[in-house]
Amino acid sequence: MYSIGQAFKNICKNIRLSLASVATISACIFLFCLFFSVIVNLRNIVTNIETKVGITVFFDEDLSDSEVKTIGEEIKSRPEVKDIEFTSADDAWESFKKDYFEGREELAEGFAQDNPLKGSSSYSIWLNDVTKQDEFVQWLQGLNGVRQVNYSNQAGSMLTGLNNALLIVSLVLIGVLLAVAIFLIRNTVVISAEFRKSETAIMKLVGATNSMIRAPFIIEGVVLGFVGAAIPLAAIYFLYNYAVTYMQKNFTMLSDIFSFLPISEIFPVMAVTALLLGVGIGFFTSLFALNKHLRV
Amino acid sequence: MIEINDVSKTYENGTRALQHVDLVIDDGEFVFFMGKSGSGKSTLLRLLLKEIDASDGDIVVNDYTLSDMPRSYVPKYRRRLGVVFQDFRLLPDRTVYENVAFAQRVIGKSTREIKESVPEVLRRVGLSSKYKSFPNQLSGGEKQRVAIARAIINKPDILLCDEPTGNLDETTAKEIMKLLDEINSQGTTVIVITHSREIVNSMDKRVITLEKGVVRSDVQHRTGI
Repeated sequence: MYSIGQAFKNICKNIRLSLASVATISACIFLFCLFFSVIVNLRNIVTNIETKVGITVFFDEDLSDSEVKTIGEEIKSRPEVKDIEFTSADDAWESFKKDYFEGREELAEGFAQDNPLKGSSSYSIWLNDVTKQDEFVQWLQGLNGVRQVNYSNQAGSMLTGLNNALLIVSLVLIGVLLAVAIFLIRNTVVISAEFRKSETAIMKLVGATNSMIRAPFIIEGVVLGFVGAAIPLAAIYFLYNYAVTYMQKNFTMLSDIFSFLPISEIFPVMAVTALLLGVGIGFFTSLFALNKHLRV
Repeated sequence: MIEINDVSKTYENGTRALQHVDLVIDDGEFVFFMGKSGSGKSTLLRLLLKEIDASDGDIVVNDYTLSDMPRSYVPKYRRRLGVVFQDFRLLPDRTVYENVAFAQRVIGKSTREIKESVPEVLRRVGLSSKYKSFPNQLSGGEKQRVAIARAIINKPDILLCDEPTGNLDETTAKEIMKLLDEINSQGTTVIVITHSREIVNSMDKRVITLEKGVVRSDVQHRTGI
């Protein structure tokens, strides 16, 4: 109780520096939460696109059904394959007819006994991770009996690229802000330690242990870190909800393409990470800052 | 009992603060350390507090050899000592009660224990009526009484006083020495570092004189001799 009381007294005594520390941690964690939200949503969009964009494999015309089936089994056994679907030559012709001869079915009747898409049996493949598509396609092309592999990697790779670029930018920005936050918390705690030098000296003389002497300063750092994390979390909670509602209302077209994750889905992980980050910065910065100042 | 066995202390800058000091102070003794500035009095006090370590020799306090004492044991050891300084070292933003209670609070005593022991020790040093005052509302003598109350509240075996009357007038100084004598009469070993011949002459106590880090004399003073 004594340590907690002293920690709050320290914060009030150095209120300007304490506020500066909280503001910097808040800025850092706000950016972290912002990028976290964007990245999680981008990943979700990429995953959605991945489920819609697949790879199609066609086989040599002289390949028997059992050989095609064996290749299918081989593809299915690969760990990166999420789903696989077989389309026979007859299914392909039926689908083609439906698309191109709808309402003029008599034009297709000439092909009734001779499937023009004979040898067009194929597998449609969906992957777990679109980043592995190129490697996987190369493997497919190397298989005996595979004639052609159709795939599109533009949307997936563009989003993955954007995702990675955002990740790098966010990591650099968060890193810089973290360094500033650590510097400010360290200064706050060291100044508190300087203010309380005489008190600390008396504590040592009457037999207070190192942990007793350090406790108020560490609690101070943890409180600053916690408050610094809680403020941006609350802000993000409301801003995110507002932004998603606004987008859905005003950009209906965009909402159809990009489905945003609800805040309830991303907030628990984001909140725990942000709080651990804030409290962790406060705790470890105070701990190391005091090593020099408070040796018994 | 305090045994100082052939203790020398040389600081990193080469200053030889103490040289081959051999002393024994029994439990319950009242001892003055006298000497000019630089004689080694304060170094001896810092050695006893285990703020610094001796370069050579051993100091044994109540069967604990200080040079062998692990750092983790130092706080526990210091709880058996009380310290009083010339400049009082009170916390200016706390009342007399809080300053005294502080010594108990920081070692984890319960509020109930603190509420029982602080008024008792304030009564003992004659400051019961001043418990709500802040240090800047007290006279020099009163401040030193608060410092003594804080030093004795944890019932130390040994009370170390570094120039406790240095900032006080003669009358107040005598009152403080009387208080220290009373504390000693109840069994606490009292060590007073001073350069005041008047104070030493006014009491029948053992007087150890240091000069340039060496014990020059160790005598039992008799008033009037």
